[in-house]
Amino acid sequence: MSCFPPAWLLLLGALLVPYFTGKYRSWYVIALTGLTLYTVTALEPGTFWHVNFFGHDLTLLRVDKLSRLFGIIFSLYALVTSVYSYYMRDGNQHMSALFYIGSALGVVFSGDLISLYFYWEIMAVASVMLILARKNRASYAAGCRYVLVHILGGLCLLAGILMHINATGSVEFSAFTAQNTANYLMLVGILVNAAAPPLSAWLPDAYPESTVTGSVVLSAFTTKTAVYTLIRGFPGWEILIVVGCVMALYGIFYALLENDMRRILAYSIINQVGFMVTGVGIGTAMALNGAAAHAFAHIIYKGLLFMSAGAVLYMTGRSKCTDLGGLYKTMPWTMLLGTVGALAISAFPLTSGFTTKSLIIEGAVHEHLLWAWMVLEIASAGVFLHAGIKFPYFVFFAKDKGLRPGETNWTMLIAMGVLAFFCIFLGVYPDPLYALLPYSMEAYHAYTPSHLVTQLQLLMFSALVFFLFLPLLKRTETISLDTDWFYRKGGKLAYIFLDKAGNSLNYICEKCLMGVVRTAAGFFADAPARIALFVMVNIWLIAGFRGRHLELKKKKLYSDVLQGALPVGLGAAVSTAFIVLVFLIS
Amino acid sequence: MSHKKSNKDIQKGWLEKPRTLRMLWILLYATCALTVILELFISRKPHFGFDGFFGFYALLGFISCALLILIAKFGGIFLKRKENYYQED
Repeated sequence: MSCFPPAWLLLLGALLVPYFTGKYRSWYVIALTGLTLYTVTALEPGTFWHVNFFGHDLTLLRVDKLSRLFGIIFSLYALVTSVYSYYMRDGNQHMSALFYIGSALGVVFSGDLISLYFYWEIMAVASVMLILARKNRASYAAGCRYVLVHILGGLCLLAGILMHINATGSVEFSAFTAQNTANYLMLVGILVNAAAPPLSAWLPDAYPESTVTGSVVLSAFTTKTAVYTLIRGFPGWEILIVVGCVMALYGIFYALLENDMRRILAYSIINQVGFMVTGVGIGTAMALNGAAAHAFAHIIYKGLLFMSAGAVLYMTGRSKCTDLGGLYKTMPWTMLLGTVGALAISAFPLTSGFTTKSLIIEGAVHEHLLWAWMVLEIASAGVFLHAGIKFPYFVFFAKDKGLRPGETNWTMLIAMGVLAFFCIFLGVYPDPLYALLPYSMEAYHAYTPSHLVTQLQLLMFSALVFFLFLPLLKRTETISLDTDWFYRKGGKLAYIFLDKAGNSLNYICEKCLMGVVRTAAGFFADAPARIALFVMVNIWLIAGFRGRHLELKKKKLYSDVLQGALPVGLGAAVSTAFIVLVFLIS
Repeated sequence: MSHKKSNKDIQKGWLEKPRTLRMLWILLYATCALTVILELFISRKPHFGFDGFFGFYALLGFISCALLILIAKFGGIFLKRKENYYQED
C-alpha cells in the first residue's frame, strides 16, 4: 500500500525524458508509466497530503472507489500508449504526453477544488503541446484555437470555484447541490472539456491535427476527466440529461458527414461522452456506475480505434476516406484489431460496450425517462452506422485505392492487441470491472436473452440500413461547418468589421479635427499682420498715402509683423490693438 | 511508405468478387431475419408499453438509422464546404 500521488510520478518523471536518447527514451517512458500503474493499484483508500494554502486546507491525494477507477484506466491506457509510441523518439511529445496524463491523474486524485484547477490548467497546456507537435500550419492554427477555447472554459471554472469558496468558505470537492451562479459557472467550465455543444468544435478541430501518437493520447483524457468531474460534482443535475442526449445525436450527425477518419472518430467521442453525461444527469447509482464503466470501456475501445487510424496514417500518410480503401489486403492485423474496437464502440455482444453502455440505458429505464431512453437507443443504433461500420468499411474495405503499405510495426500491433483483448475480456467477463464501480447497486446481468436479441436486432438492422443506403453515404472531399465557424469565420468578420468601422470613424474624426485646426492655424498665423494692416491702412489713407507708396508700406508692415521685425513701440501698439479687438469680440 | 499502383495493376481481392458480395448480402439478410425470428423464443417485458410489439428493436434500428442518414444528408447540403474553405482568404 502506498500514498504517493501518482500524478507527481509522471510530472517529475517527464522532466527526465531529455536525459534519455533513442530507444532508451521509449523504454524509460514505458517503465515510468508501468510504475505509475503499479502505484495507482497500490494506493491506500483515504485522504492524504493535507496542505495549508493561504488559509485553505488542500487535500492533494484522495483515493476512493471513483478516483481509483479512473486512476486505473488512465494509467493503464498511459502504459499501452507508451508501448504504441515506442517507435517515436520525439522527446517533446513524450514529455507533453507525460505532463498531460500526469495532470489528468492529478485532477482525478485531487480532493479539493484549488489543486483540481491547478492540474486542470496543466492539462490544457500540455495537451496543446501535443497538438502543436505535428509542426505544420494546420496544427499550429488548430492548437491556437484549442487553447483559446480551453482558456475560456478554464476561466469559467476558476470564476465558479472562487465564487463557491467565497460563498461557502470550503475548498472541498464533493457533490454540488445548490443551483447557483458559482456552480453553473463550474458546470460550464467542465462541459467545455466534455465537448458539449456549442463549445465542442475544439475536439474534432484539434485532435485530428495532432501527430499519430498525439491523437491516440488526446482521445482519452480531457473528456474523461470532465466525465469524472461531472460524476463527482454534478450527479443528478437534470440539465445534463438534455446536454448528454444532444451530444449523443450531434456526434452521429457530424460523424456521418465527415470524410477524415480521425475526425469521424473525434465526433464519435462527443457521441459517446453524450451517453456518459446523460448517465450523470440521471444520477442513480446504476446510471452513475454506467457512466463510470462506460468511460472505462470507452477509453479502451476509442484508444484502439485511434490507434488503428494512427497506424493507417503512419503507413500511408493519408487520413481521408476518399483516399483510403482496400487496406485489409496489406494491413490485415490493423484491420482486425480496429474492427474489434469498432464492434466494442457499437456495443456488440461479447464486447465491452455491450456490458457498460447498457447500464446507462437501464438507468434511464428505471427512472422512466422515456425520451432519454429513446434518444440513447437511437444513438446506439447510430453509433454502429458511423463508427462501427463506416470507419472500418471506408478505410479497410470499400473501393481499393491501390495502396499497398504493408503492416504497421509490431509495437503498435502489441498495443492494439492489448486493448482489443480488454475490449473482449470486459465484454465476456465484466465482473472485475463491475467490482470496481464506485456506487453500490443491485447485481446487474448484461447477458439476458432479451437484451441479447434486442441489441442484435438493433445493430443488424442498422447494418442493413448502412449497406442499403450506401450510395447516400458516398464520401465527398468536403469539411462540415461546425460551431467553430463562429470563431474562425466570425472572428475574421469581426476583425474586418472592426477594421472598417473603427478605422473609418478614426479617419473621419481625424479629418474633422485637422480641418478645424488647420483653418484656425491658418487664420492665427497672420492674424496680427492682417489686423495691423486693417488699422494702419485706414490711418495711412487718412494721412494721404496713395498708390505705389501705400502698397510698399502695406508690404513692409505685413512682412515686419510676420517676421517680428517691428520697432518695439509699434509692436507693442499692434499687440495692444489685437488684445483690444479680441476683448471686444469676446 | 505508401506505394500506389495504377488501376490496372489492382488485383481484385476476395472481398470484391461479385460472388462473395452476393454471399455477404445473403448473409446480412439472413442474420437480420434470424435476429427477428429469435424473438419468438424469448419473453420480453416492454419498458414503456409501446415498445412491446414484435420486432420493435428491428424497426427502431432500421427507422432511426434511415432517418439519421437522411437528416445528415439534408444537413450536408447546408453545412458541407470545400476542404480549403477556411484557408481561402
